Amino acid sequence: MSRSPYLTSAPSVSVIMIKVLLALLPAVAAYVWVFGPSILVMLILASITALSAEALMLKLRNRPIKPFLMDGSALLTAWLLALSLPPLAPWWLVVVGTFFAIVIAKQLYGGLGYNPFNPAMVGYAVLLISFPVIMTHWPAPIELAQAKLSFANQLEYIFGASNSMNLDAVSMATPLDYLKTQLTLHHSVQDIVSAAQFGLLGAKGGELIVGAYLIGGLYLLQQRLITWHLPIAFLAVLALMAGAFYLADPTRFANPLFHLFTGASMLGAFFIITDPVSGPTTPKGKLVFAAGIAVLTYLIRVYGGYPDGVAFSVLLMNMCVPLIDAWTQPRVFGHQK
Amino acid sequence: MSSLFNIVKQGLGFSDAQVAVTGGVHPPEHKQESSSQPIGYLALPKRLVLPLRQHVGTLPKILVNVGDTVLKGQLLAEAEGNISAAIHAPTSGTIAAIEDALIPHPSGLPDRCLIIDVDGKDEWIAHLSLDWRTQDKTKLLESLRKSGIVGLGGAAFPTQVKLRTSARTHVNTLVINAAECEPYITCDDMLMRERAEQILRGIEVAQYLLGAKECLIGIEDNKPEAAEAMRLACASSPLNQEVTLKVIVVPTQYPSGDARQLIRLLTGIEVPADKRSTEVGLQCFNVATLLALHRYFDHGEPALSRIVTITGNVKKPANYEVLFGTPVTDLIQAAGGALAGTNDYIMGGPMMGFSLPSADVPITKAANCIIVSSPNLFAPVPPAMPCIRCARCADVCPVSLQPQELYWFSKSSNLEKAREYKLFDCIECGCCTYACPSNIPLVQYYRFAKSEIIAQDRSKEAADLARERNEFRLMRIEREKQERAVKHAQKAVGAKVEADKASTNETPISVDDPAMEAKKAAIAAAIERAKAQKKSLAPQNVSDPSPSVQAEMIEIDARREAAKIAVNEQASSQDEK
Ligand code: SF4
Ligand code: SF4
Repeated sequence: MSRSPYLTSAPSVSVIMIKVLLALLPAVAAYVWVFGPSILVMLILASITALSAEALMLKLRNRPIKPFLMDGSALLTAWLLALSLPPLAPWWLVVVGTFFAIVIAKQLYGGLGYNPFNPAMVGYAVLLISFPVIMTHWPAPIELAQAKLSFANQLEYIFGASNSMNLDAVSMATPLDYLKTQLTLHHSVQDIVSAAQFGLLGAKGGELIVGAYLIGGLYLLQQRLITWHLPIAFLAVLALMAGAFYLADPTRFANPLFHLFTGASMLGAFFIITDPVSGPTTPKGKLVFAAGIAVLTYLIRVYGGYPDGVAFSVLLMNMCVPLIDAWTQPRVFGHQK
Repeated sequence: MSSLFNIVKQGLGFSDAQVAVTGGVHPPEHKQESSSQPIGYLALPKRLVLPLRQHVGTLPKILVNVGDTVLKGQLLAEAEGNISAAIHAPTSGTIAAIEDALIPHPSGLPDRCLIIDVDGKDEWIAHLSLDWRTQDKTKLLESLRKSGIVGLGGAAFPTQVKLRTSARTHVNTLVINAAECEPYITCDDMLMRERAEQILRGIEVAQYLLGAKECLIGIEDNKPEAAEAMRLACASSPLNQEVTLKVIVVPTQYPSGDARQLIRLLTGIEVPADKRSTEVGLQCFNVATLLALHRYFDHGEPALSRIVTITGNVKKPANYEVLFGTPVTDLIQAAGGALAGTNDYIMGGPMMGFSLPSADVPITKAANCIIVSSPNLFAPVPPAMPCIRCARCADVCPVSLQPQELYWFSKSSNLEKAREYKLFDCIECGCCTYACPSNIPLVQYYRFAKSEIIAQDRSKEAADLARERNEFRLMRIEREKQERAVKHAQKAVGAKVEADKASTNETPISVDDPAMEAKKAAIAAAIERAKAQKKSLAPQNVSDPSPSVQAEMIEIDARREAAKIAVNEQASSQDEK
């Protein structure tokens, strides 16, 4: 009898997801500009894989297929994963990663709302560990590439028709990667960043994509699809960490802006760590969570075995979420803390 | 974000509230529709149905019989017990029946009602104003029990209880709730626009009874006319000279009209969860309640009617002064009738109201608003999706709960956890459900979990009580058995003694006579039996008593038995003398 409230205001889950996909479009456009249209093929591949895997699992689990396919969460996972992969990755890499993300990291845990780990990052981490060579070979941005690849060439790379073509010919170490290897050769940061792949703030070309993520992120904030806590805390702590190290020894540590504008910092700040399902819910918890990811990311970048560390940091902090939530319960009205 | 916005808004001086709003939502107001015309009056209905259950507390005691003629204002049922409210005849007529009828209650179940056939004369019973300023406060409060006034903001708590002060409580600040934060409802708004002075008179009464030093009137900023009317009335009120009297405009943000929320907004004081507001010097009344106080004290009129908003899917949404007991259908009729597509009737606002079992129920004291509903007005809720932990619900919860956790605990029947996460601090405002993108009926889950916990607590209490009773019963049975046994033994020994006496007539009774022997034997036997019984009973009584405890219990029982026997002995020997 009492079904109040009779009113609802909220955008549905699918509207939220669609808006997040929209927010990714500037970055997709930037990708096309910087690396060529191959990213579109990867997005399509990932989307098809994600939707099929999701439908298959829903069917196996005897769940209604349509509402859950329509919620857009599988699509979002697929896009985030595709945007994290090198744009000339072979087709099977995309398929395997997406399949893993949807089937293992999401559906086997109970589907939407039940996954303790960020599915896209699980997919990414599995690929990085299993296929480190492919995963760390990023193509050079078009403006730096010696051999300009046509769209047909790119397709050949993706679909493996070009075994003869060596990936090394078109790839180029990413700035984070390059920085790391050069530092081990005792070059100073100042010398290293004068290499071709470095741009104004981060990676040449890559900066553009990072800027596009920032724009998309601001749109999410403006639409109130995310709160400020996660991105601000993440970026601030990352900048603080980088700043402290940089001040201590500018020859061995890159400046904070470099860290903000390279790698997956912006993508992570606004789109990855903001995954609600696998993140904390309390405002304070969000600050702790984001700060933790930032610290871990920086440490992995500087001391770890991988060029970037967002994915692993997110997964590590995902494990802490129940604790973080329990420890950061806000004070309830009329109660002492 | 929203709180940030409010802080900025306040910094710029848009509101005079003491503190920033936390949580809450701002649904479309829909107040315009019903607030564009003056308060109307309904024709006298043919029949009035007065449920006994119109307030929080004990049901009142019926004073009339079927067939009695009653006058307007006549007491039909008197308050019974501490928390209760009287019921009066809203107009003159005859008591046609006292029977179960449908009442406006979320349960949808029928309940006991007084039914009056209206005679149309509207003839008043003799009634006088009370010269309340010169009278003793205890007398006034006693008389208030006969007023039938309850909180008219929707809570329906008997007002006489709220005006009593005790040693533990004092009221410094009177908070007057004119926030009317629920969408659609405009009855308080219209009342303030039209009868601000009468409300002020009511405030005078409440201030006098409570001895408050300060009266703060909280109005949401979407009712500028009402706020202005109240300001004017305040300025010309004599109370203005005696105490601080202020109209405070607060931001329009549901649920600012919740008493504790409003108190915080107006005074900055957060009433502790385990205390009543009077324990920290505050009391809160709704404007309509105050007006009812004025009518009672200054005119001797008990609670007979209230202003009700009729809105939604009707031709002419408006406010009416409606006699209690009037069928909702009459009200809908007056508003031009329900329009096509009507599928539901809601009592209260869209955030906390409930669907009526039918439009044939009467208007009661708690009925502030009737919304004639249609799917266009309130779309059916789409099927719920899983919780995506987006925390939108937590962002809007005015008491800073974590609704998504409470949902999880309620759903998995983890009631202990739900309680630990302060389920009982939930005011069921519905903000969380309103904000949930997965359309989860969160409040329903909380209502369910609350009732489950209460039921569990009750049954645990009952079980404890039953266990205690059972233990006691077993003890009694055992004791009686032993007493009977001892008596038997005594009788047998007595008979033998008699027989002996009869045979050897001259023999004097020696010190170690057989009676004494029998007594000793009986005591020993009783001790033995008690031991044996205790052993067999032990598992039922005490789960696992240690040997020493057991021994002690046996000893105590035996001693008790011995004492019993001795007393019996004495009594019977006295009888003999
Ligand atoms: S608003 Fe709904 S979906 Fe979001 S956390 Fe709360 S209950 Fe879950
Ligand atoms: S209904 Fe309860 S949990 Fe939901 S917002 Fe209101 S107080 Fe918070």
